[in-house]
Amino acid sequence: MDWVKIDKKGLSVLPAGAHIDPLSACQTALITHGHADHARPGHQQVIATPETLAIMAARYGDDFAVIKTPLGYGETMQLGDVQIGMAPSGHILGSAQIILEHNQTRLIAAGDYKRKADPTCAPFEIVACDIFITEATFGLPVFRHPDPQAEIKRLLKVAGLFPERSILIGAYALGKAQRVISLLRAAGYNAPVYLHGAMQNLCDLYQAHGVELGELRPASISERGKPSKELQGAIILAPPSAMHTSWARRLTDPLLVFASGWMQVRQRAKQRGVEFPLILSDHADWDDLLATIEEINPREVWVTHGREDALIHACQTRGISARALSLIGYDEAME
Amino acid sequence: MRGFSELLDALIFSPRRNVKLAHLAGWLRQTPHPDRGWGLAALTGDLRFAHVKAGVVRELAAEVSSPELFALSYDFVGDLAETVALLWPSEPQPGEEAEDLRLAEIVTRLNAIPRAEVKGVLAGWMDRLNVAERWALLKLATGGMRVGVSGRLARTALAEAFEKDVGEIEEVWPLLSSPYDALFDWLEGRSGRPQAEGRAVFRPMMLAHPADDGLAENFTPDDWQVEWKWDGARIQFVSAEDGVRLFSRTGDDISASFPELVQDMAWKGVLDGEILSGTPQKIGSFNDLQQRLNRKRVTSRMQQEFPVFIRAYDILLAGEADLRNLPLSQRRQRLEAEMAAIDTGWLDISECLAATDFDQLVKIKEQSDPRIEGIMLKKRDSLYIAGRPKGGWVKLKRDPKQADLVMLYAQRGHGKRSSFYSDFTFGAWRDGDNGAELVPVCKAYSGFSDAELKKLDKFVRDHTLNRFGPVREVEQKLVVEIAFDQLHPSRRHKSGIAMRFPRFHAIRWDKHPEEADTVEQLRQFMTRDNS
Repeated sequence: MDWVKIDKKGLSVLPAGAHIDPLSACQTALITHGHADHARPGHQQVIATPETLAIMAARYGDDFAVIKTPLGYGETMQLGDVQIGMAPSGHILGSAQIILEHNQTRLIAAGDYKRKADPTCAPFEIVACDIFITEATFGLPVFRHPDPQAEIKRLLKVAGLFPERSILIGAYALGKAQRVISLLRAAGYNAPVYLHGAMQNLCDLYQAHGVELGELRPASISERGKPSKELQGAIILAPPSAMHTSWARRLTDPLLVFASGWMQVRQRAKQRGVEFPLILSDHADWDDLLATIEEINPREVWVTHGREDALIHACQTRGISARALSLIGYDEAME
Repeated sequence: MRGFSELLDALIFSPRRNVKLAHLAGWLRQTPHPDRGWGLAALTGDLRFAHVKAGVVRELAAEVSSPELFALSYDFVGDLAETVALLWPSEPQPGEEAEDLRLAEIVTRLNAIPRAEVKGVLAGWMDRLNVAERWALLKLATGGMRVGVSGRLARTALAEAFEKDVGEIEEVWPLLSSPYDALFDWLEGRSGRPQAEGRAVFRPMMLAHPADDGLAENFTPDDWQVEWKWDGARIQFVSAEDGVRLFSRTGDDISASFPELVQDMAWKGVLDGEILSGTPQKIGSFNDLQQRLNRKRVTSRMQQEFPVFIRAYDILLAGEADLRNLPLSQRRQRLEAEMAAIDTGWLDISECLAATDFDQLVKIKEQSDPRIEGIMLKKRDSLYIAGRPKGGWVKLKRDPKQADLVMLYAQRGHGKRSSFYSDFTFGAWRDGDNGAELVPVCKAYSGFSDAELKKLDKFVRDHTLNRFGPVREVEQKLVVEIAFDQLHPSRRHKSGIAMRFPRFHAIRWDKHPEEADTVEQLRQFMTRDNS
């Protein structure tokens, strides 16, 4: 297997003359999903799902690439000597596994993925292949993500104990934020949800793609004076980077919540300075990583990034050959 | 267990003291006896099971996954009990609410069973519990909660929950033993307050604040008693009808380490002071004192080789008379009078210094004997109040010494820093067989901000040369200014020196490693100090 290699820009597909989620500007980029560490601006050509292209345009402006080639789930195209296809990966809106076929070998770069139900994106699809390239963000057996609905119920119970405090949820602006809102709605929370300025754009985009998020309002807090009464007891979403800023301090005694798979580990949550760790992940947990690999049953597993040692060990004990690509540059803080 | 594990999580994640207090007080009010007593004992480190060793968690660990996966998981999580709790295979199904496991049941059972049965019993309970409860159970059984609850905080919560004065609770605390039946009987009005009279028990100590910027302006010589701050260990000396005892600052009984000081004596009372090595005439080093601290048994040879004495600076009780509500000026007079009545070679009185203004104080502290850490300032009108009352005692430490050292190794922290490389080894230059080489001189893991920790962690990850288990060897390029209190000769260290209390002073991203200090330069600090 010598037609997919690692170079300085990441995963290079030689007979297609393209890179997958390249780390720096390149001729042709195949993009799995819209998170900033995977979808960077400045490539000559970008091939991605229409949703991912829309996300990139919303973030970087329409000129993020010279040529934009949409490739929807289930569609295929020929690029050089390689046939390229897309299948949903269940990570965020538009996220895709990239299916590559060359010389009677099928290779899937799954990008980031999850198996748990998520109404904000299409569910992961099992596609048989020879080589499965997987992430391993939560590739340790300590990670067994709890039921998302149960987590949201736990949060609403605590929120009910502090009717005078604002509930400030730190969540990554793309994907996690919309998932939190949709889970709140599914749990019967019908009050307006307030958004930090950095959230609005992408929530609008999700709604335009038919994801129901209910009533959203800007969480405007004036520079001076008190925050409006409206925000007391309300749920506010902000990017994690805004949680410990002067913006957040202007809220009335906010209850800090952080929505992430990392919250499973106590001391990780403590480092974040959160009062309520909401264990909610857009990545496959340990059980789902193994279940996915077993279902696909590839000849070989390649692990891109994360805690690869444990996953490779587990694959090998199951008789599946596995190796680490040790790609760097993909940021786990976004989870 | 359910309520207790929820309490633990609330305590861990509440950043603010008053929120912790509210959680704890609420739990103390709601939880039935004796569960609340056992929980309180667990939180304050007062609960131990003779047959449960920390190793049982390792034994359980062997059952939850393969050694390889366990090692990787533990390395990431950083806490053994939490790793086991997370990896435990069975989880109670939602809806199937099993009967709650009571703390009293756990305590009774663990006290009753032999060591060989501990693992099986814990495993049986683990199957009934969720992940947070499993963690709480393991912490409870093996001791060492580390949820940010000091004894002081627990007693303050008791005071809040039962509307008592915290000073009263502090006072009776040493008389109690878990699950504190006598305490709750008193708090809930079923009996009177437990009495300490005539008993050689610890009385809560008064502690000093570090000096702040306002001190220079507010210092008026007539209002303050000034003393040296000696480089020894703070102690409380208690002589009562039922014996003579020595306690550490935190109330631990350390009599066994100092048998020569706890002989029966006619004088009765309670003294506050410092234990120092050597004799009042010739004070020894802290290094010598360390030969005596934390020893369960001390031979007479050790007593002769490393003699110790007490330098008293305050008096709490004289006979039955409680002096704590008198101002310091009157206690000092009483101390001087009582000292005359105690005839022993191992006790003297802390000298009072004269100072005319603050600048002079600052000079005094820097010119002082190296066995002196700085000076103590005590308000003459201050009463002896347990804890760290405002405006009472102030410590003014001498400026630390500093050296530029090069980072050699880094290790991941545990607890809060479990995912960061936060424990570092530093080296100084010396002439080796193959030219100049860096040799380790100290480890430091404090004195940097969270933002700096992130940068240090990144530096370590980006500049790793070798990995030895949890330790990474890094490129020898980062210079850090390390502050330290003292240097001592040491045969145990390759460099021949041991550094006392090293900590980060500044990270010198700008400096080249060649500019770092040599072992020879450090040695000069030592000769200057010990001359």
